[in-house]
Amino acid sequence: MTLSATTNERHREPVENRIDLILGLVIATGLGLAPLVGVSDFQLSLLLEVMIFAILAMSLNLILGYAGLVSFGHAAFFALGSYAAGVAANKLSPEIWVSLPIGVAIATLIAIPVGWLSIRLSGFYFLMITFAFAQMIYAVVYRWNSVTGGSDGLLIHGPTLLHESVLQSRQALYFFTLACFCLSFLAIQRIITSPFGRVLVGIRENTRRMRALGFNVRNYKLLAFTLAAAFAGLAGFINAQFTLFIAPESAHWTQSGTVLVMVLIGGTRSMVGSIIGAAIVLLLQHWLSSYTEYWSLALGVLFIGLIMWAREGIYGLAARAVVLLRKRAL
Amino acid sequence: MAEFITVQTLNGLVYSMLLFVFALGLSTTFGLLRFVNLAHGSFLLLGAYVGMSTLRATNSYALAALAGAGIAGGIGLVLERLFFRKFYRRIDLDQVILSYGLALVFLDIAKMIWGKDIQSLPTPVWLSGGVEIASVTFPIYRLVLIGLGCALFAATWLTVERTRIGALIRASVDDRDMVGGIGFDVRGLFALVFAAGAMLAGLGGVLAGPITSVYPGLDFEILITTLIVVVIGGLGSISGVFWASLLIGITDTFGRALFPDSASFLIFGLMALVLLVRSWGVPEEEIE
Repeated sequence: MTLSATTNERHREPVENRIDLILGLVIATGLGLAPLVGVSDFQLSLLLEVMIFAILAMSLNLILGYAGLVSFGHAAFFALGSYAAGVAANKLSPEIWVSLPIGVAIATLIAIPVGWLSIRLSGFYFLMITFAFAQMIYAVVYRWNSVTGGSDGLLIHGPTLLHESVLQSRQALYFFTLACFCLSFLAIQRIITSPFGRVLVGIRENTRRMRALGFNVRNYKLLAFTLAAAFAGLAGFINAQFTLFIAPESAHWTQSGTVLVMVLIGGTRSMVGSIIGAAIVLLLQHWLSSYTEYWSLALGVLFIGLIMWAREGIYGLAARAVVLLRKRAL
Repeated sequence: MAEFITVQTLNGLVYSMLLFVFALGLSTTFGLLRFVNLAHGSFLLLGAYVGMSTLRATNSYALAALAGAGIAGGIGLVLERLFFRKFYRRIDLDQVILSYGLALVFLDIAKMIWGKDIQSLPTPVWLSGGVEIASVTFPIYRLVLIGLGCALFAATWLTVERTRIGALIRASVDDRDMVGGIGFDVRGLFALVFAAGAMLAGLGGVLAGPITSVYPGLDFEILITTLIVVVIGGLGSISGVFWASLLIGITDTFGRALFPDSASFLIFGLMALVLLVRSWGVPEEEIE
């Protein structure tokens, strides 16, 4: 009952990882050139948002696709990163070297106890307990008026560096986000190809065997969960700098569901898939919502179609097509 | 103080009974079919809306309840045949995404037909008015709901524990392959149980209407609380669901009255606690 692999795992290394790296490089180059070839401000904002959510989707894929942990509360760490950075900027100092580490650190620190408790469960119960913890975090940010602004959300000060405002123009923020995006992609790619990443895949495929081989399964899962939360916190930090406003809805379970779907649409077997998935869902949301107010109906139909006929996601479909073409060529 | 406790306890009981009616279907599909159905809220919402429209057209509360339950059950049956049947052996994640997608579709369909506003379902005239209980006047309709919930508990418990079809259901919860192997029509049983659960959810929608009013979003709101009930109550156990409904219904009602800021924190924390206590010391892949 494990997720069915479309391609033989043995073939993944190193050929497909190299393909992923090249694809990632192509995407990054394209994103880097976009502002230079004169895309509009609106399109630039859209690309920015895609990069932010691509980081979030990749971080979820790290535990979902590789460790086999289906978290239904990942958006909570995204929101924690935003809120921690925002509160630090408002109450402590808007210096970016203060707010950025605090945002990531709080998301990571809260992920440790939450993860430590959650990984004692698996399957549906893991999904429910991460959901429960995320809803508890949502309840806190929604009600703690004096700190988080409660249901009104939180306006935050723009970031500064050595008392000079930074990242104010769309272009500057764009390139900052691009840098974070590239570094996150490389880091996560490095994690999944490392021995640690291979152990995660082993745990996903056969937990008992890994335990019998002497691996401390829970420590591996906890580390993966915490790392994923750290990247989610980073995405949350950038999103806060992008909007300069944090809504409590960013911690809501529907947001966690959307990220989950981004990962699935792209395909859980590749980080490039998560980037594509984030882009598809965001672009579709923007495009559909400009035509009709019933866009969530279209999204629902997309989810149903995805799960019925394209379970491996876009990346899996593409991989299957490549295999078919190769067979033809031979 | 005594008044406060009486009123909140009665309100908690009413809420518990509504949760129970709704959770029965979710719990049996989860226990019997191993299917996580996030679209269960849609049955409730559509049942409530259809009941409301029927009531406006015919002015008969009985017809409204019948229509709401019937439509919800019918849709449940169609969905089971078209989609869910193919997902019984897939992983939880696939079931969650499929049923979430369906729930989104139904939510927008409901918005298209009935609009986005909060609409109220009137209390039946012959059940309006109140009764005095311990110096507190309590609406008759709510008392009737408590009675209905208890009656439904007795009826479903007897069906599952004391009838032939109940024995089949219990056997299938334990080992559905074996029940199919010795020649029983498991697929037919699954469809029947699924439709019955959907029907109860639709009925629950009509019954809850006069208390909660009807609006898009009611489906997910009740679904989430009910998921907690199902997780705490355990797999496919009627009495487990009943007691869990009481626990969550009363905790949530008192929580909202006493600590309005942290009520949802309370029930989610309770679920996390139950999950952890139940699983402590067990390797995670062995938890059923």
